[in-house]
Amino acid sequence: MKNDPKKLLRFTPMERANHWLTAIIFFLAALSGLSFFHPFFFPLTQLFGGGVWTRILHPFFGVAMLLSFGGMFFRFKQQNVITPADREWLRHVREMAGGDDRNMPEAGKFNGGQKLLFWLFAACMALLILSGIVIWRAYFSFLFPVEAVRVASVVHAAAAAVMIALIIFHIYAAIWTRESIDAMLYGRVRRAWARQHHPAWFRQMTGGEK
Amino acid sequence: MALQSLDITRRSATTTPSPSQRKTQEVVKLIDVSKCIGCKACQAACMEWNDTRDKIGTNHGVLDNPMDLTANSWTVMRYSEVETGRGLEWLIRKDGCMHCADPGCLKACPAPGAIVQYSNGIVDFQEENCIGCGYCITGCPFNIPRLSGKDGKVYKCTLCSDRVAVGLEPACAKTCPTGAIVFGTKDDMIHHAEGRVADLKSRGFAEAGIYDPLGVGGTHVMYVLQHADKPGIYHGLPKDPSVSAMVTLWKGAVKPIASFALAAGVFGAFFHYVTKGPNEVSEEIEKEFKDEK
Ligand code: HEM
Ligand code: SF4
Repeated sequence: MKNDPKKLLRFTPMERANHWLTAIIFFLAALSGLSFFHPFFFPLTQLFGGGVWTRILHPFFGVAMLLSFGGMFFRFKQQNVITPADREWLRHVREMAGGDDRNMPEAGKFNGGQKLLFWLFAACMALLILSGIVIWRAYFSFLFPVEAVRVASVVHAAAAAVMIALIIFHIYAAIWTRESIDAMLYGRVRRAWARQHHPAWFRQMTGGEK
Repeated sequence: MALQSLDITRRSATTTPSPSQRKTQEVVKLIDVSKCIGCKACQAACMEWNDTRDKIGTNHGVLDNPMDLTANSWTVMRYSEVETGRGLEWLIRKDGCMHCADPGCLKACPAPGAIVQYSNGIVDFQEENCIGCGYCITGCPFNIPRLSGKDGKVYKCTLCSDRVAVGLEPACAKTCPTGAIVFGTKDDMIHHAEGRVADLKSRGFAEAGIYDPLGVGGTHVMYVLQHADKPGIYHGLPKDPSVSAMVTLWKGAVKPIASFALAAGVFGAFFHYVTKGPNEVSEEIEKEFKDEK
């Protein structure tokens, strides 16, 4: 049963909704933004009703993304404070990627990698909104000197590329770690899963048993 | 060949070669600032030929009118009162697109075919392909393209590409009553300009010269300036214009490389899965919790 109450609650319904809303808007923003990134991607404008519509819509997707991501940020910020144990986890990340988790320090609700990713997402989002406003020609660019618009164009393109790379990684990590997509879809995880991937969190949730 | 008298040799956001088999002579519009009397006949002729009409503005106490280029005013006269070694001088520069050999606008534009360069060097906007992002404004070293509030497209001087294609000179050159604007092949125009510079020098303008900045590969609109050492006194004409290093970085090789890197990331992930397998709950832990199943 997906929502067997014996399972551990990992994400509340609101957290899940917020996550998937952000994911959907991210895809809209990334696909529409990519179409201006390089001529190779220009055909993506067809997904949004042509070049002009894509140009009009993209910045609004960006603002929607900021609102939705902002919600996630404040929901999850406390749980993503990086501790010394997380730093230790990150030092062993190569072993983890190689499929050997014997030396990994016990992860809490989120492991060091997930926490680092969280802050990198937040940094990219901040850079994207700040630079995005400056290059938003229809409403804002005239407020800034042209040299600022040029710098912002570089920052926006770079932050977008980094964010897309991080998302590719994020999606793969979720596929690689079996059942973690279920956690975000249905909210609850098997105790064995929690014990395996997030032992410190498991103990906290089960009051120290095992 | 299609029914067109000029090949397009460069096209925005296009990574394969444009037709470059035929060779055409490069054209230049030469503006001799020393001969200009500021009558604005060229401004009027431009609006006439191109059917643009600007809003009636307000008088700012100077002759400049309108005060800046707009989507309807593709050329404006810039009047500067400057004190030089010769006393007070009234310098009048016809401002508009310089038709760079290496255009920053074309480099920046993300829409295929929204900006083109013809084989004779003219840089032209094709508004029907324009998406209105304004990247060309970011890319231009001369602050020329103007975004229309009416249709969200950018406009600028076409160097009367339609007239030139059928062997006519641009409307402004046609109308100039003093011959300050002349039009012809680049070689001829340089020759003509050299004569003008020699004349100015003989009349005491020691620093007279031609404005054909190499930072943008030379231009297809050139000036004869009385004070070519100080182009800035002509209403801020840039001294050594070039496409900004930021624009080169933004539009350079990093992007295709980054695109490949993203694709490589997806492939890398797939092969990681194939070689390392999924990250599953271990057998021992599964056994411990088997009652849960
Ligand atoms: C936060 C609010 C955002 C704003 C205000 C914004 C605004 C803009 C604007 C104005 C452009 C120029 C094209 C156009 O006019 O439509 C642009 C380009 C772009 N945006 Fe955004 N954007 C935002 C967020 C994002 C996000 C979340 C992504 C996804 C990763 C993204 C990816 C891109 C890309 C790849 C480009 C093309 C850059 C280039 O031409 O080099 N943007 N953005
Ligand atoms: S505004 Fe039009 S011409 Fe200028 S860069 Fe964007 S698509 Fe190209």
